Amino acid sequence: MSNRTESNGYTILFAIGMVVVVGSLLAFAASALKPNIDENKRLEKQQNILYAMGVNENDESSANFVSTEDAPQLFEKYITKQLVIQGDKVTEDDQAYLIDVKKEQANAKAGLERRLPLFIGEKDGKTYYIAPIRGKGLWDAIWAYVAMDENMVVQGAYFDHKGETPGLGANIKQRFFMDDFIGEHLKSNGAFKGIDVAKGNADPKNEDKTDNEVDAIAGATITGNGVSAMIKSDLKLYVPYFENLKNN
Amino acid sequence: MGLLSKKDTKLILDPLADNNPITIQVLGICSALAITAELKASIVMAISVLFVLGVGNVVISLMRNIIPSKIRIIVQLVVVAALVIIVDQVLKAFAYELSKTLSVFVGLIITNCIIMGRFEAFALGNGPWRSFLDGVGNAAGYGVILIIVGFFRELLGSGTLLGFKVLGDPIEKTGIYAIGYENNGFMLLSPMALIVVGIIIWVQRSKNKALIEDH
Repeated sequence: MSNRTESNGYTILFAIGMVVVVGSLLAFAASALKPNIDENKRLEKQQNILYAMGVNENDESSANFVSTEDAPQLFEKYITKQLVIQGDKVTEDDQAYLIDVKKEQANAKAGLERRLPLFIGEKDGKTYYIAPIRGKGLWDAIWAYVAMDENMVVQGAYFDHKGETPGLGANIKQRFFMDDFIGEHLKSNGAFKGIDVAKGNADPKNEDKTDNEVDAIAGATITGNGVSAMIKSDLKLYVPYFENLKNN
Repeated sequence: MGLLSKKDTKLILDPLADNNPITIQVLGICSALAITAELKASIVMAISVLFVLGVGNVVISLMRNIIPSKIRIIVQLVVVAALVIIVDQVLKAFAYELSKTLSVFVGLIITNCIIMGRFEAFALGNGPWRSFLDGVGNAAGYGVILIIVGFFRELLGSGTLLGFKVLGDPIEKTGIYAIGYENNGFMLLSPMALIVVGIIIWVQRSKNKALIEDH
C-alpha cells in the first residue's frame, strides 16, 4: 500500500466518492426500473386473483398462473365486479384490486376505517368471492387471495410470502398446501371460526372439510401459525358482508 | 494447457476439494443451514453465489490499488451489496418470476462470509483474471457442498428431489412407503444441515489424512 491511500483525507474523500457513486447508481436503477416493476406487480395481482378462483394453468402437481399477456383480458372476463367495503358502505371500484392491504392494515391501526377490497368472479355459472388477506410469517410478510362461495366455504386459495425459508415455510405456495383449503369451511355452526393450520392433525388426507383444520407443514410451525392468524383476523372482517348477502 | 496455466487451474480446482470453503475453511455455514432443505434452493443459491463472487472478485481486484486499507471491509460490503441489489432490481423488472425465487437469497448472499473472505484474502492482492478464477472456484466448492447437503435433506426429509416424489407418496403409501418407510422430518430442520456437513467433513478427512489439523 502506498502512503497516498493511507492518509485520512484520502480515506474520507474515497468514502464520500463511493457513497455518491453507489448511491446514485442504485437510485438511478430503482427509478428507471420502477415502471416495469410496478407493471409486473399489477399483473401478478391479477394472476393471483384469477388463480384463487380456479383460472390458472395448473398441471398435475405444480401451480401455474395464466400468462402475463392473457391476464388483463381474463381478468376483465372473469371478474365481474370489484367492491370496496368500508363499514356498512359497499361501493364498486374497478381499481379495487390495486388497494394495498398493507396500507389499509396500517390505517386501521391508526384508527381510520379500513377499506376492504372484494372481487366477485363468475365462472361456469358459479360465483366466487375473492378476498385478499395479509399477515406475518416467520421472517417477513405472507399474504393470500382466498376465493369463497356465499356460505364462506373456500373454493380456492393462493398463498405467497416475501421471505419464508425455502423448503419449509416457503412451501405454503405449493399445491399440496394450497389445495388442502379447497372445500374447507370457514364457519362452524353458523359462526365464523377460520381455518387452523394444525399440527398433529388426525386428518392428514384432509377428508373432513368441516373441521376448520388443514394439515400443517413439518418444520414450518410459525409460518403455519401466521396463515391461521391472518385467515382469522382478516377474513373475519368480511363476515358482515356475507351476512347481508344472505339476508337480501 | 492453452487458456489456463497450471497455477490457474489450481485456483479453480483447489476449493472444490482440498481447500473447500465450507468443509475446510468452515465459512458460509449460515447460508448452508438456511436454504438446503430442498435441492432446488441449493442449486439457485449456488448459481447466485457463483455469479456474485465471480464478478465481485473482479471489481474488488480492479479497485485494489485505490481502496484505503482502513475502510476496506466497508468498501467490500458496499460493492457486494450494490451488485446484489442492482441484479435483484433488474430481475424484478425483466424476469419477475425468477426474481421471486431469488428474493430470499439476496440478504443471505450479501452477508455470506465466503464472499467477504475471498475479497479480503484474494482479490485485494491479485489481478482481475486470477481473482475471477478464484471466485468461480470457491463459489463452485461452496455450491457442491450445498447441493450434496440439499440432496440428502430433501431426499430423506421430504422423500422428493427437485419436488418430484422419487420415493413414492407418503400419504397414499405407495413406493417404499408401502413397506413402512417414513420420512425423517428432522432432516428438514437446520441442525441436520450441520450434521450432514459434519459427515462430509469426516468422510473427506478420513480419505485425505493431510487435511487433519494437529493440535
